[in-house]
Amino acid sequence: MLEFSQAAVRFGHRTVWSDVNVSVMPGEFVAILGPNGVGKSTLIKVALGLVPLSAGTATVLGAEPGQAGRDLGYLPQRRSFDQGLRVRGIDVVRLGADGDRWGTPLPFARRWSAQSRAQQERIEEVIEMVGAGQYAERPIGEVSGGEQQRLLIAQALVRRPKLLLLDEPLDSLDLPNQAAVAALISTISRDEGVAVAMVAHDVNPIMSYLDRVIYIGQGGAVSGTVEQVINSETLSRLYDTSIEVLRASDGRLVVVGDPEAPSHHSDRHSGRPLP
Amino acid sequence: MIAVVAATVHNGLGWNLADDMRQLFELHFMVNAFRAGTIVAVVAGAMGWFTVLRRQSFAGHALAVVSFPGAAGAVWLGVSATAGTFVASISAALVIALVPRSASGGGEDSAVIGTVQALALASGVLFVSLYGGFLNSLNGLLFGTFLGITDDQVTTLIIVGAAVLLVLAAIGRPLFFATIDADVAQASGVPVRLLSVVFLVLLGCAAAEVSQITGSLLVFALLVLPAASAQRLTSRPGSSFVLTIVLALAITWVALAAAYFSVYPIGFFVTTIGLGVFVVVTVAQSAKVRIQRRGRSGFTSQGMAA
Repeated sequence: MLEFSQAAVRFGHRTVWSDVNVSVMPGEFVAILGPNGVGKSTLIKVALGLVPLSAGTATVLGAEPGQAGRDLGYLPQRRSFDQGLRVRGIDVVRLGADGDRWGTPLPFARRWSAQSRAQQERIEEVIEMVGAGQYAERPIGEVSGGEQQRLLIAQALVRRPKLLLLDEPLDSLDLPNQAAVAALISTISRDEGVAVAMVAHDVNPIMSYLDRVIYIGQGGAVSGTVEQVINSETLSRLYDTSIEVLRASDGRLVVVGDPEAPSHHSDRHSGRPLP
Repeated sequence: MIAVVAATVHNGLGWNLADDMRQLFELHFMVNAFRAGTIVAVVAGAMGWFTVLRRQSFAGHALAVVSFPGAAGAVWLGVSATAGTFVASISAALVIALVPRSASGGGEDSAVIGTVQALALASGVLFVSLYGGFLNSLNGLLFGTFLGITDDQVTTLIIVGAAVLLVLAAIGRPLFFATIDADVAQASGVPVRLLSVVFLVLLGCAAAEVSQITGSLLVFALLVLPAASAQRLTSRPGSSFVLTIVLALAITWVALAAAYFSVYPIGFFVTTIGLGVFVVVTVAQSAKVRIQRRGRSGFTSQGMAA
């Protein structure tokens, strides 16, 4: 599905990360974790072909990044729609199906085009799947953050992707919504057989659903089950500093001494602007 | 000329609607005004719908203001004023499009747009004074006129208008995608940057067209008010698009008739009628929301009591 080997990204003189080996298998639900600024979103952008690798190779669905097209679903980091945006949720979901096609939608296309009817059925199906039936007809600016996030997940699912890349989908949701959306993503991954790679900064809401986690540090990445990766030895080795992982009584993991974002922003001190 | 004056003296709004309509279309210049107004309204509606959705009203206004120095400069140089407006507006569109966007990505840099607009007004005034003599169309350039629209002008309007609408139809869906959701559109292979440049050039053409009727300074009224009203009335994209064009046509036609039967300028009528529609729609919308909210809270308290 997704395969990085010896991959590195540099912006000018700044190395975001290097020596990263990552793989996501079909149907897997994988979280990409790491402290702020370590380049988790960059990893997603490389997979989408929006950022080039400076070393190593990346393969997405057996092709070069950016070539996967319809088999790849993407949910960028939290965007909220402007309150005044007078476009229905269902229209935003529909853009996931045909938004990249040139031309203009014709009125009453559903009456005579079987393809258009099939598309409409799929749109209604994904809206039902994410439980957005109640509010899909309302302007998207007027529904809550959690509801918008469900509609956006529906948008990413319309084309039946084989791989779903989610960038911080739980960010800025309240706790009940975090739990609900995490459960929804896990259900979709299982029922639709979609591989999910999800960037997160907190593993706890999704921990029970995950097949594997990938922890990114500057010098590389480690992947494995939650127990294999999120422990004091592995993380201390990855970040080359003393890190302690504690388990709270309710099972939640707390990483103490969470490393700051990579500290050698050499550019910042030499007076040159960052790229 | 004498015939025109005579007709203007004799005309007057009466209670006989058929007679009023006959009067309205009796004179060739008025027929041309309606032809031009109709083309302009359709183009303004279609482009305005996207402009409001993309929050580029300010850019639309600036591009319209640029048509003033375009026309004034053309008159000074002794070439076609219509050609001057199009050249100026399209060049300004390219300038605004090619200056890098602000980091937030939310539309073009308003400082750049403001600068373009100020420079446009300044050079317009310069061209007028360079021309020396009394430029009696100055009022028309700034605040609109429906008198003296020639057959050639109508032909130009229809060719440019048709070209704008054809390009818009070809890029409609991806442009909508890029407008609503630029990141995902980009990731799905939509050329977001290119589309925004193309859209600004189309907006330049549309602003130049509209300014032929409303004048440079009042393009805003026909470009933005119908779309803003329609999008408040319905959130279905297809319906609000059609409604925008219907509103733009209605506003233009009523304004033309009003300007014909009165002594006041067309720009004033387009703006006030457009604003009237917008105010009514906004008030009705907020009243509806309040009633819905009251209904919902009433329902909840009943549910609690049960």
